[in-house]
Amino acid sequence: MKPSDIHILIVDDEASIRDALKQWFELDGYNVSSAEDANAALLKLQQGPWDIVMLDIKMPGIDGLELQRRIKKIDKNIITIMITAFASVETSIQALKEGAFDYIVKPVDPDDMSHLIRNAVEQRRLMHENNQLRQHIDDISFSDEIIGESPEIKKVLEKVLEVSQTDSTVIIKGENGSGKELIARAIHSQSHRKYFPIITINCGAYSDGLLESELFGHEKGAFPGALYRRQGRLEMADKGTIFLDEIGQISDKMQADILRVLDTRQFSRLGGDKVIDVDFRIICSTTHDLERAVQEGSFREDLYYRLNVVTISIPPLRERKLDIPALARFFIKKYSQSMNKNVLDISQDTLDMLVEYNWPGNIRELRNVIERAMVVAKGNLVELDDLSFFFPVVDIGSEETLPSLDEVEKIHIQKVLDQTNGNIAQAAGILKVSRLTMYNKIEKYQLKKSKNDMPH
Amino acid sequence: MPYIYIQPIKTDYAPWIEGLEKSVYTVFGYHTKVANLDINLEKTFDQTRHQYNSSQILLQIISRPPADAVKVLGVVNVDLFIPILTFVFGEAQLRGIGSVIALHRLNNKFYGLSEDRELLKERLVKEAIHELGHNFGLVHCNNQSCVMKSSTYVEEVDQKSADMCSRCRELLRELL
Ligand SMILES: [Zn+2]
Ligand SMILES: [Zn+2]
Repeated sequence: MKPSDIHILIVDDEASIRDALKQWFELDGYNVSSAEDANAALLKLQQGPWDIVMLDIKMPGIDGLELQRRIKKIDKNIITIMITAFASVETSIQALKEGAFDYIVKPVDPDDMSHLIRNAVEQRRLMHENNQLRQHIDDISFSDEIIGESPEIKKVLEKVLEVSQTDSTVIIKGENGSGKELIARAIHSQSHRKYFPIITINCGAYSDGLLESELFGHEKGAFPGALYRRQGRLEMADKGTIFLDEIGQISDKMQADILRVLDTRQFSRLGGDKVIDVDFRIICSTTHDLERAVQEGSFREDLYYRLNVVTISIPPLRERKLDIPALARFFIKKYSQSMNKNVLDISQDTLDMLVEYNWPGNIRELRNVIERAMVVAKGNLVELDDLSFFFPVVDIGSEETLPSLDEVEKIHIQKVLDQTNGNIAQAAGILKVSRLTMYNKIEKYQLKKSKNDMPH
Repeated sequence: MPYIYIQPIKTDYAPWIEGLEKSVYTVFGYHTKVANLDINLEKTFDQTRHQYNSSQILLQIISRPPADAVKVLGVVNVDLFIPILTFVFGEAQLRGIGSVIALHRLNNKFYGLSEDRELLKERLVKEAIHELGHNFGLVHCNNQSCVMKSSTYVEEVDQKSADMCSRCRELLRELL
């Protein structure tokens, strides 16, 4: 969303305030309009769509509180920010109770104003993304890629629906590429929190200190390099869901921190002492066996029990082979559109081959294979030939066609990289070589390090 | 030939005018002239806030601009405000002719530090280019070192450069 996609309406009976705010927000590139009273505002609101309305609490005629009620009736997702001349705490609190995003007491510090509007815009942006996602999930109506028709996946979906009606903490278990984030998003988008963001944080991707600051945010000057105050993911997830991807990879200290937040629903930004209250639901995922980690002492038992209220295990693709044809066709349709190709289906022998294969990289690997096959596909069908990069056709009868060691190595490394979604450390682990060797091989064969994430 | 006019208001411009003129020419390609408009600063003083109303100063600046002015930039050495905010470093009309900036809060003295004339000149140039950028139609930029990044603290003014990022420069070329 560009700033010019954000529509802000200013409602104030005082022309100087109206004009100053309009001008101030226009310099940020937002699309701004103003109204001198509630009636004029309501007229403009009908011409919508609006993202943010800033309104004076005290106005002749319909006052700010009443106007806010009417705005929320028109569209309860519009962000409202109240303007008040003096700290009339009671009315302001009433406004917050009735759904105001925040309020400002004039005159306001420019920095506070900037932060406020940035947060409001961020909230709106996340809401928007979420709506798109919800739309998406509605569109595929729980059928195509997450679902399939196998009894295994149907069981998962039943559980998704069941748990989305509660606020319980959920652990999603599954192999790499099995679609854990997709399931987390499905839970969120079926829950009452769906109009608020789901914030994902990949715990395995950050060092300890960085993870802490990502999660809790920091104040300006909290550590060298903290030039600005920064909101953490937990704060962004307020009223929504936080998805802690790869929870098994966090340190003892982070385990203790997360346990505390779980208990108190409160935390402070790094370098700050203001206590921030948050209302969120936690969903986490793991590829590791957490129970074993608990037994081995690398994962706190108390945290494990707090998190493990509901467990959803996603079966690996090889255990739901029934779904492979539908998934393959789903991706063919998807890439036909995005690549602007006229590939309609897949030949039976190719499909048999796909069903036969055991998919260590799960759906992500299947998706990558289809994507690459689609690039080379010529006719209306994905044919076996299009998958030659994947199932090298080796004619042992003729020596010339035998692949060289380099070719075999290249294909194999790419396969492992696809399976680990470009995670070099993991790929090196599987291949039992050093990371440096991995980098050298990638360089040598010009391999693709990362594929996009799971489709959603 | 059109000029960008610089209008010092009740402030000695000798120490900084040359550097400012050079930078304005480099960025916008216009030569500058010092304007001599009749601005009544006292009239814009707010008794209760003990600050000067920047919008009212701006109104005076744009009411009778010189005939060959493409833009007019006022420079004051007082504390400016707009009614909704506690203070502003400056104010500009988006795609308009006028802007105004204040030295007051750009000066280290305001923060209880010893005076640093070079730093003050640097900050003045950044704010001037920034507000003139708005006059030419640029909005705030997210690039941390771009002069069009919005700054609400003087430290933020120091963090950005006096230059535009390539994207803003590109946009400016289309707008000029
Ligand atoms: Zn600006
Ligand atoms: Zn820029």
